[in-house]
Amino acid sequence: MLILDGLSKTYKTGDAALADVSLTVPKGQILGLIGPSGAGKSTLIRCINRLVQPTSGKVLLGDVDLVRLGKADLRRQRRRIGMIFQEYALVERLTVMENVLSGRLGYVPFWRSFLRKYPPADIQRAYQLLDRVGLMAHADKRADALSGGQRQRVGIARALAQDPELLLVDEPTASLDPKTSRQIMRLLTEICSERGLPAIVNIHDVPLAQQFMQRIVGLRAGRVVFDGTPEQLTHEALTTIYGAEDWNEMRRGDQEQTNAEEDARNRMAALVQ
Amino acid sequence: MTEISHYSQVWSYRTPRGRLALWGAWLALVALFVFCWQVMTKDTIWFFVTDAPRQAADIGNRMMPPRWSYLPELWAPLWDTINIATLGTIGGVIMAVPVAFMAARNTTPSARILRPLALFIIVASRSINSLIWALLLVAIIGPGLLAGIVAIALRSIGFVGKLLYEAIEETDANQIEAITATGASGAQVLSYGIVPQIMPAFWGITVFRWDINIRESTILGLVGAGGIGLKLQASLNTLAWSQVTVILLLILATVVLSEWVSARVRHAII
Repeated sequence: MLILDGLSKTYKTGDAALADVSLTVPKGQILGLIGPSGAGKSTLIRCINRLVQPTSGKVLLGDVDLVRLGKADLRRQRRRIGMIFQEYALVERLTVMENVLSGRLGYVPFWRSFLRKYPPADIQRAYQLLDRVGLMAHADKRADALSGGQRQRVGIARALAQDPELLLVDEPTASLDPKTSRQIMRLLTEICSERGLPAIVNIHDVPLAQQFMQRIVGLRAGRVVFDGTPEQLTHEALTTIYGAEDWNEMRRGDQEQTNAEEDARNRMAALVQ
Repeated sequence: MTEISHYSQVWSYRTPRGRLALWGAWLALVALFVFCWQVMTKDTIWFFVTDAPRQAADIGNRMMPPRWSYLPELWAPLWDTINIATLGTIGGVIMAVPVAFMAARNTTPSARILRPLALFIIVASRSINSLIWALLLVAIIGPGLLAGIVAIALRSIGFVGKLLYEAIEETDANQIEAITATGASGAQVLSYGIVPQIMPAFWGITVFRWDINIRESTILGLVGAGGIGLKLQASLNTLAWSQVTVILLLILATVVLSEWVSARVRHAII
């Protein structure tokens, strides 16, 4: 379980990116974090594993307060938190396998990682994860040889290799096409429910969030302005989060896109037969 | 076009002030050229200049035909020259790598003390030509190959260090962030997040510097630091022009070969 208590972050420039955010994420819950650009979504998830240093507040993962940890303890705690990035953030010039094994860096001594001599159990687990995300055949390819969707699946496998107790997911689908986005979201939600893994997912795409998330938190100017189920995310709620805009229009647009995709798929299927 | 528009038809790339400044700058440049021409010609002894074609033809005549029988004597010094370049490059790179990591903003352990120090080492090494390094080192450690190797190494630190630290600063921060987020230690972040990203630049820079060092080491002998330059010096002193031709052709061939090798290697990596 993750508890954020009064978390605030003010950057050196004086911008208050987060103001007094308190949230509780129970085991197994997939939480979607929505909000306009600059609302503090990225800052929030980076404050949890302290890639960004929060100004004040508490981050409790289990019973450890991550904000107060020293360097060595922080590294040990970071192993418990898997992170998945917007532009995949794979090490492009390393192979898929090396990328997945890099999820074990926090567990192995430097010489093992340097010589790529990982313990057999880690290797077995990496293969198992690659199989789970459907990339078994690509294990020895270089990461930059893969497509966007494949890279993101490597990113997921890397995060899972850490044996995390929490997943932080930063805009996982922002660089992907609509169909691949849905596949990735489906894979993520399946994996989380398989393992009872809680996840915080930053997401731009409101319809996608409503489709896949169990709970949605709306952030505006660093404050939580909405917290509820996808069904509760009404027109009014979206207006509080994003400001006035014709949301029905946007939804129609999304519906249109889904129809267009459906249509394209049918035609492709017809061509194949 | 009967439509009346209140939008202007006039647009110019530069403001009037800008045009004037540009015109003034060109005028100043021409004036400088005229002035320099006067300085240059004032002390020239025109007799020698008019004589130049004849002198050139004379030396050309003495240089031809090349004395090919001199070639066997050159293999050993050529081998020395290549060794000076190669060992000097290796030594320079070994010293440059830590300097580059200290100088790069994103990896420096202390931006206040070590970074300026590293930048100073880079500037100092770059500002002194390898011929001058060799001159100093011949005086300090005596004539011979070692002075040449150390001179090449010292000169290479700056070149390799500067290009390498720029490559380190240009690495993708996302990849480094992702490795940090796994709980990796500092050394692991370096070896997984940064090193793979700079590897192509590293090999490219190293081979490029080796190629330059081959060229530079051919003249180090002029100041007594070993290699084929020694032979060149000796031949020049005895006015053995036909031997000078052989040496120059050999240097040319070596440089062409090293350039070819370096181009191939860089192509293969990048």
